[in-house]
Amino acid sequence: MIYDAVIVGAGHNGLVAASYLARAGLKVVVVEKNDWIGGAAVSRELYPGFTYSNCSYVSSLFRPEIMRDLELPRHGLQILPYEGGALFTEGGDYLGMFRNHDANRREIERHSPRDAEAYDRYARDVLRHCRFIRPMLLRTAADPASFRPRDIAELAWLGKQMFGLSEMAMYDMIRFWTMSIADYLDEYFENPAVKAYQAVASIIGTALGPMSPGTAYVLLHHAMGDVDGNVGAWGFARGGMGSITKALAASLKAAGGEIRTGSGVERILVSNGRATGVVLENGDEVSGRRVVSNMDVKRTFLKHVDEDELPASFVKRVKNFKIRGSSGKLNIALDRAPRFTALPEGAPNMKGDLHFTDSIEKMERAYDDWKAGHFSRDPFQDMMIPTMIDPTMAPPGKHFMSCFIQYAPPKIEGQDWTDADRDAFAKACLDQIEAHAPGFKDSILHVEVRTPRELEREVGLTEGNIFQGELTFDQLLFNRPVPGYAQYRSPIRDLWICGSSTHPGGGVMGAPGRNAAAEILRDVKMPKKDMSDAYAVL
Amino acid sequence: MKAEKPMQPDPRQHYLTPLRQTTFHPRTAAANRLNSWGPWGGYTTVLEYDDLAMEHSAIRNAATVYDLCPMVKYRVRGPEAAAYLNRLTVRNAAKLPVGAVHYTIWCDDAGHIIDDGTLFRLGEADFRICCQERHLPWLLDSAFGFEVSVAEETEEIAALSLQGPCSFAVLKAAGFDVAALKPFRMATFGFDGGELMISRTGFTGDLGYELWIAPDHALALWDCLFEAGAPWGLRPIGTQALDLARTEAGFIITNLDFVPAHQAVREDRVRSPFEMSLDWMIDWNKGHFTGRRALLAERERGSRWAFVGLDIDGNVSAEHAIVYHDRKREVGQITAACWSPTLKRNIALAHLERPYHAGKSDNLWVEVYAMRELQYVKLMLRAKVCDRPFFNPDRRRATPPGPF
Amino acid sequence: MPMPSFDAIVIGGGTNGLACAARLQKSGRRVLVLESGAEPGGAALGREFAPGYRAPGLAHLVTTIDARVEREMDLGRHGLSYAGLSLPSTLVAPDGDHLLLEGEAGERVAGLSEAERLAWSELRGQLMRFAGVLAPFKEMTPPRIAAGAGNEYMKLGKLGFGIRRLGKDDFREFLRMLLINVYDVLNDDLTDPRLKGILAHDAVLGTWLGPRSPNSLIHLLNRLAGQVAGRRAAVALPKGGMGAVASAMAKAAEAQGVTIRTGARVAAILVEDDRAVGVTLADGEELRAKTVVSAINPKTTFLSLVGPRHLDTGFVNRVRAMKSRGGAAKLHLALKGAPDFRGADLRTRLVLAPSETAVELSFNAVKYGEVPERPVMEVILPSAHEGGHAPDGHHILSAIVQFAPHAPKAGPDVARQEMLARSLAVLEDHAPGLRALVEHAELLMPYDIEARYGMVGGNWHHGELSVEQMLFLRPFAGTSQYATPLSDLWLAGAGCHPGGGISGAAGWNAAERIIRGTGR
Repeated sequence: MIYDAVIVGAGHNGLVAASYLARAGLKVVVVEKNDWIGGAAVSRELYPGFTYSNCSYVSSLFRPEIMRDLELPRHGLQILPYEGGALFTEGGDYLGMFRNHDANRREIERHSPRDAEAYDRYARDVLRHCRFIRPMLLRTAADPASFRPRDIAELAWLGKQMFGLSEMAMYDMIRFWTMSIADYLDEYFENPAVKAYQAVASIIGTALGPMSPGTAYVLLHHAMGDVDGNVGAWGFARGGMGSITKALAASLKAAGGEIRTGSGVERILVSNGRATGVVLENGDEVSGRRVVSNMDVKRTFLKHVDEDELPASFVKRVKNFKIRGSSGKLNIALDRAPRFTALPEGAPNMKGDLHFTDSIEKMERAYDDWKAGHFSRDPFQDMMIPTMIDPTMAPPGKHFMSCFIQYAPPKIEGQDWTDADRDAFAKACLDQIEAHAPGFKDSILHVEVRTPRELEREVGLTEGNIFQGELTFDQLLFNRPVPGYAQYRSPIRDLWICGSSTHPGGGVMGAPGRNAAAEILRDVKMPKKDMSDAYAVL
Repeated sequence: MKAEKPMQPDPRQHYLTPLRQTTFHPRTAAANRLNSWGPWGGYTTVLEYDDLAMEHSAIRNAATVYDLCPMVKYRVRGPEAAAYLNRLTVRNAAKLPVGAVHYTIWCDDAGHIIDDGTLFRLGEADFRICCQERHLPWLLDSAFGFEVSVAEETEEIAALSLQGPCSFAVLKAAGFDVAALKPFRMATFGFDGGELMISRTGFTGDLGYELWIAPDHALALWDCLFEAGAPWGLRPIGTQALDLARTEAGFIITNLDFVPAHQAVREDRVRSPFEMSLDWMIDWNKGHFTGRRALLAERERGSRWAFVGLDIDGNVSAEHAIVYHDRKREVGQITAACWSPTLKRNIALAHLERPYHAGKSDNLWVEVYAMRELQYVKLMLRAKVCDRPFFNPDRRRATPPGPF
Repeated sequence: MPMPSFDAIVIGGGTNGLACAARLQKSGRRVLVLESGAEPGGAALGREFAPGYRAPGLAHLVTTIDARVEREMDLGRHGLSYAGLSLPSTLVAPDGDHLLLEGEAGERVAGLSEAERLAWSELRGQLMRFAGVLAPFKEMTPPRIAAGAGNEYMKLGKLGFGIRRLGKDDFREFLRMLLINVYDVLNDDLTDPRLKGILAHDAVLGTWLGPRSPNSLIHLLNRLAGQVAGRRAAVALPKGGMGAVASAMAKAAEAQGVTIRTGARVAAILVEDDRAVGVTLADGEELRAKTVVSAINPKTTFLSLVGPRHLDTGFVNRVRAMKSRGGAAKLHLALKGAPDFRGADLRTRLVLAPSETAVELSFNAVKYGEVPERPVMEVILPSAHEGGHAPDGHHILSAIVQFAPHAPKAGPDVARQEMLARSLAVLEDHAPGLRALVEHAELLMPYDIEARYGMVGGNWHHGELSVEQMLFLRPFAGTSQYATPLSDLWLAGAGCHPGGGISGAAGWNAAERIIRGTGR
């Protein structure tokens, strides 16, 4: 049996690519090393009665075009928007985020009257950048070094987009793409907590501090998604992030695709310069006319392909691809809801993202620890309790809490993480929560601690980088993952890459998988039917 | 026994009432028979009390009261307040006498309108800006280099608009002699142990006044007006009636008739004073103001848009309709429209691409989709550019004003 | 006697002001330069900081002089010559295992392993190629991204062609590396911490970035794109001290016919009818001219000399938002004998930056307004090259010490003391016994540099030369071509493209733009 495509890895991008290809009529199989599917978008019962989104934990970036094309709602996907959010300040107060515009203004006004009235203009400006970048997400980046008509046409399209802006808007955009979020926020706000809250999205998953140039773009990367047209909004997948990949798998199967779990790939077979299939860890061969790797670019080419099959310059670029992990995760089963002393009883802010870092300086210091090879002593957390909204993830009255933590380095002072390191890391995070919610620790039923070590070991993310590669300009657009190979192809004919290492990068977005499928269909000269172009933000 | 102080609400719990009640809420709520409310700047205000047509009719026939509390107010004080406002706004604030008011706009560097509003000169070095949107960062940034302070004071002043041909008579009956008060002037009176400021301003295009008072005395003022105004049929009006009246008067509202420069996501939505027919207020000789250079260049180059009044055939109102030239070419957009009960004309305010506002204005058409019993009736109606204000009676300006 | 009237007034007699004045004079204008100090030269000026000791001022080396300025002002004829054009650099290792870099941009390095030497040679070649295609940018008015903006399309086309001609691989690498951080580039290709240390140090010299900050490689390219007397990537030491550059430029300008008035502090730019018509001096004197050029700090120009009331609010916001954090302190030591940097040649540029990580660590502290534990530094001993800088047998040590906070939390005096103590400790580690030689010490923190040289925030470039403040974004988005919102007022200082140093490029570009703009 020879498949038209063998997809390596049942992460969301692998499943998206497989589904599109299957719908186009190709015979596809997805091979997955774990006994479960989902990659980093999973729901797992790691404590009886509790469902953990134990890697990715919230949704915004997943393209609505893909949800619709692949009929994911029919296959069970529901996205539930946040209802609030809060940043706790050192003085025992909090800065809340409210969906209601007036409530949100008055909340900021408690901290700074000026910032309260500056917020709308800031949000407007970020939205402008979102509108500009969104159409690019579902397009293959042009190769600026190529003279092929399609690349020239794509560059012309990009030029047209740019020249649709006024001169000053273009300068604003270039500044935004190159600035640090700290400097950018200084142009709008004065209050440290207000700035810290806005800076949250600029460091998540990133091996940079908020004072590093390029972090304003990372903010955009997290702001360009939407929940049902509400640009920048985030939400929960009902039943945990695994619901996304479960729906994708169901969609794939409905289209005739196959999934084989417990089938880790040992090697990608290459014959006469063409990929012909994979050899599994158990020795089985799965033959295919093409292999599509959802693994990150380092894992794909440095671990599963013979180096001799690749040009030396490509291998060097892949080796130098920056994929430093910067984050960890605590997944906690709670006997009862924590009681944050700063929040009034019943405040809606519990139904969203919660943070304990109330200044850019504290975030940056947490990054300095990471640079020195430590996890942050006073870590930054993006914490939430999905069960405040989603009734399916824990027994009634009990809660699942997801804590995303920065910064955690791939290695501790150059050495592998030990269990003692992991426990000390967990303690720093739990202590921080306890300080704001006394009694919290007593309510813990179970904690799963995931450092970059666990993320690499279980999910296969090299160095535990959640984006399959850092989001700096040298690794974005036509540079992602490697200049000259940013169109989902590799130096080996019929070996394709479709993971977040490719444009437009990480997050549970699905765009890389969709774009890779589009390129493959183009390669086999099949029409791109059932594949929507990007929806405009009209 | 000492009376217990009422429990102050926890300031952190403001989210329980994202829409606040205005100072006049106890009175407006009692009068709001339809229980018809709408949000305005973070407050609930009445859309329609009992009958839109009766409310509008009272504006043109008797006297009406409209709750203005949500208007955003900024206080500008300091020795360089006038210089500051001259740099901020396009009109000459230095020429505004103490005790006078003018309508003004302010622009960004590109000469696009940020907002419009009224500027009150309370003292030599003391001004109040009253506007629709919030601008504190821009007002503070503009203060850099000026000896001036800027503070928001929306909640510190309650405001009512008393409008209609009998409004002077009502005030007189209430004990406030404003016979000598000219349009765009203000006067102060003692009231209820506090101070009441009355300005001869309004948004209906009719004779009318606006009353400004500290919140503590606001309800007493309401009661006083309604007691005195009963013989003239004084009644409260909601936003819908006011909107009809202002369309007749040809007045514009921020975010309904133009998108403020600081809010427009789409760059082409912004408008300059020329494009809103507000260039008459620019004082080119007062010295520099923000946007001046861009506006000078625009004056040289010409503008893209014009803002006009339209007189439309038939009696079907044309809200948000597209305007065509020669029935085919899209040349503009209507922002406000109504069948005017006062004028018996079908009127509208519209943005038109130049030169369709003038040179090519004789072949304009408006495409109206009128919903009638679940079906759209599609109409192509002829429209003519006409003078604004549509309604501009002499009684509005007479000093002293007549009794009705 | 009535003052002769002038066509143009140039505010500020630094190198950019002098270059601009000379070029304008050459175009037939009568030009007056107003300098607030006792002699022209600005930050390029040397001065006696302790009896018998001459400190080189803020700059202590020349890494670039605009070739047009050199040529057309004929600086050589006006007394400028060099003790060396490619001063070798020594990375001073605390254990004495130094690295010696010689030739253009370390063409030859003694003390490296063979593999490292090859790796460096390859990387150096690539960086020099990139620097080479970027260099012409410095000699032109930056383009605006707008139709009809008066862009120099011929020059731009040539530049674009140059970049495209790098070849496919280099072109791709160029696009990949344009906004990359220097730390990753060094670690991708090199292993020797000393080599990485000196390169990281050189990349972030005068910036407010650490080597790990994205956008930091471009600063190294900018440095490599410099030239002095035809020597690429120059590290030049003028004979007679740094003041020689300024004095040659002043003489050249005067020879051209430029009038230089010293001790003339401009208090305000006169604005009438929305045009700049002249200046008012601090003593109240009014001077008028058709063209006014400010070669001083752009923030000072607009916020103080012009004043917000002649400007739009959005523009003033951009001026105020221009980042101008200085991260470098200047150390001057009067030494009663020659220090011993464990055998390092004192006539080389001594760099004390043990590794790229050490450079990054020294940046950490200033982000929070603190003084780093172990600053890194570039040390020059002018007295080791020639006499006249210090009494015989004595020495003057000049060091640029990074990083220093521009607004220290601990207050200016405490921070200065702390910075001095830590700088001396680092020096002592590298040159045991040095502390005992110190007769007099002076440390200029960024805020001292601001006070002395008028550089806002103490930033050498009169505004950080960061990517978001380069080219058409310099000094402000929408105000990049030396013109200002006010007619007849132009900018010519380091705050404009292509930034600071003592090259005179900004001043020359501005003059060319003025001449082009007014059709004369």
